[in-house]
Amino acid sequence: MKDNSYSAVMSRRNEIMKQAIGIDYTDFELDGIHFDYERMMRETGYTLEEMQEIQGKTGVGNTPLLELRNLTALARKLAPEGKGARIFIKDEASNPSGSFKARRAANAVYHAKRLGYKGVIAATSGNYGSAVASQAAMHGLKCIIVQETFDSNGVGQPEIVEKARKCEAYGAEVIQLTVGPELFYQFLLLLEETGYFNASLYTPFGIAGVETLGYELSMQCREKYGKDPDVVVCTNAGGGNLTGTARGLIKAGALDTTVVGASVDLSGLHMASDEQFNKKSFTTGHTGFGVPFSTVPDRSDVPRSAARPMRYMDRYVTVTQGEVFYMTEALAQLEGLEKGPAGNTALVAAFSIAQEMNADQIIVVQETEYTGAGKHIQPQLSFARDNGIDIHFGNPVDQKPGVNIILPRHPNLIKAIDLDMDKLRVSLIKNAIAGKSFAELSEDEINYLCLETKKDKAYVERVIKELQ
Amino acid sequence: MTIKKGDWVRIHRTILTPAERAPQVPEDTKKVPLEMWVKGFSQTDANIGDEIEVKTITGRIEKGTVIELEPTYKHSFGNYVPEITQIGIELRNILFGGDQDER
Repeated sequence: MKDNSYSAVMSRRNEIMKQAIGIDYTDFELDGIHFDYERMMRETGYTLEEMQEIQGKTGVGNTPLLELRNLTALARKLAPEGKGARIFIKDEASNPSGSFKARRAANAVYHAKRLGYKGVIAATSGNYGSAVASQAAMHGLKCIIVQETFDSNGVGQPEIVEKARKCEAYGAEVIQLTVGPELFYQFLLLLEETGYFNASLYTPFGIAGVETLGYELSMQCREKYGKDPDVVVCTNAGGGNLTGTARGLIKAGALDTTVVGASVDLSGLHMASDEQFNKKSFTTGHTGFGVPFSTVPDRSDVPRSAARPMRYMDRYVTVTQGEVFYMTEALAQLEGLEKGPAGNTALVAAFSIAQEMNADQIIVVQETEYTGAGKHIQPQLSFARDNGIDIHFGNPVDQKPGVNIILPRHPNLIKAIDLDMDKLRVSLIKNAIAGKSFAELSEDEINYLCLETKKDKAYVERVIKELQ
Repeated sequence: MTIKKGDWVRIHRTILTPAERAPQVPEDTKKVPLEMWVKGFSQTDANIGDEIEVKTITGRIEKGTVIELEPTYKHSFGNYVPEITQIGIELRNILFGGDQDER
């Protein structure tokens, strides 16, 4: 009889993962702190053409790029003369399962089928679960989704409860848990029991699946407007959305496009806290994931994450819960597009950044997501109010996550706030070198850190020396 | 017996007791167990509150306390939130002017 205690299962994690993903990550490890990221992406991923074909066969991708004329006009009203870039949004909600996550799932599930797995499992409370379930349905594979859904009183986040319904609609088994990182323990037990494929969000196939998004939006802009977008804004949580999009832009040759990450500011809330679980109104796209996954990308459910946002991010901004809810309503009222709130995090940032840009420039928000009962501005605000959150109009800078939600009193109060990228880079380097000194690091390891931070050798050297 | 063999039910099980929780878990979370809910076909006749086995939609056998017969979805669009109505009114005012009636 196997020892299924917490510590015993966790100690078997690498062995279980190897079986469940079919990748031996040790193949890509190099001496010391680094590994060969590009080789991992090349040898275990798919080419862009292959991905377009895989996704095309299941109706994924080629989503419309919509110009938000009224939001652009509003931004121009608030911006200095001559400022106010044209704002576009990539309507990823029109993918099967209603979000860009279909791109990630399409590749992962195709890969699982090709390797002969009978089913797929994913640990996710978000849109990715329904995306995997939808793809599994198309490929005739079984599917289990493991969610963190409830607090200890059995009260579920409305957004997550809705996603469970959607997964079940596609024939998936949904396992719902209370708050806590031990979800991973239950996930490992299930992988071991079923022998299914781990359709992790962070495998090379999953991340590469988003490359088609970046590639498409570059092509769409060139075709219609004769140039690449000046700025692309990605909602950032685990980093896969931004990483995949940026890699796709690079593959399209859109090398001058600025890539901006945007997260909802949930500072002060602990992600594994039972008491705080239902005090937050966003379950993804927030700093609680965005910041730690930027500075320690390998904290995910695979040994080496293919999502490495700091390699690609030029700027990282935060916005507030109140601003995102406000903008979700604005998108419905001014553009006639009713979408889920979480996907509009980047839209808030774009609305603010557009006002810094010239009127002849283009800024693209690279996703929308579906909306429905639970996953909609009204139930989410109603739920917040039921949980004692104070909701009022005011200045979003006065917000306190878990205490209040401040809807902007006027759209001129919507402001993306820059996170200090250098602080994130220093933290990333510190975590990566694990106490080593500059002299102890090889030339290759230094080069790796340059790639990880999108900085040059002098920068990396200075940071490491300052750390000591 | 309110539940017949083969009925669709929801079960509940404790995965980890407070004492078994991971070391890195915050204090408030450490005070409560890690709990699980899953749905499946009851493998026996039973009453609510009984320990039973179910066969899930993927064909796995799971054990737990049966808590609900024929579970459905109860999430909704929540209560009316008056602030939401004001957002649209204000934005249309700013963008299109106060009087939208063009007669």
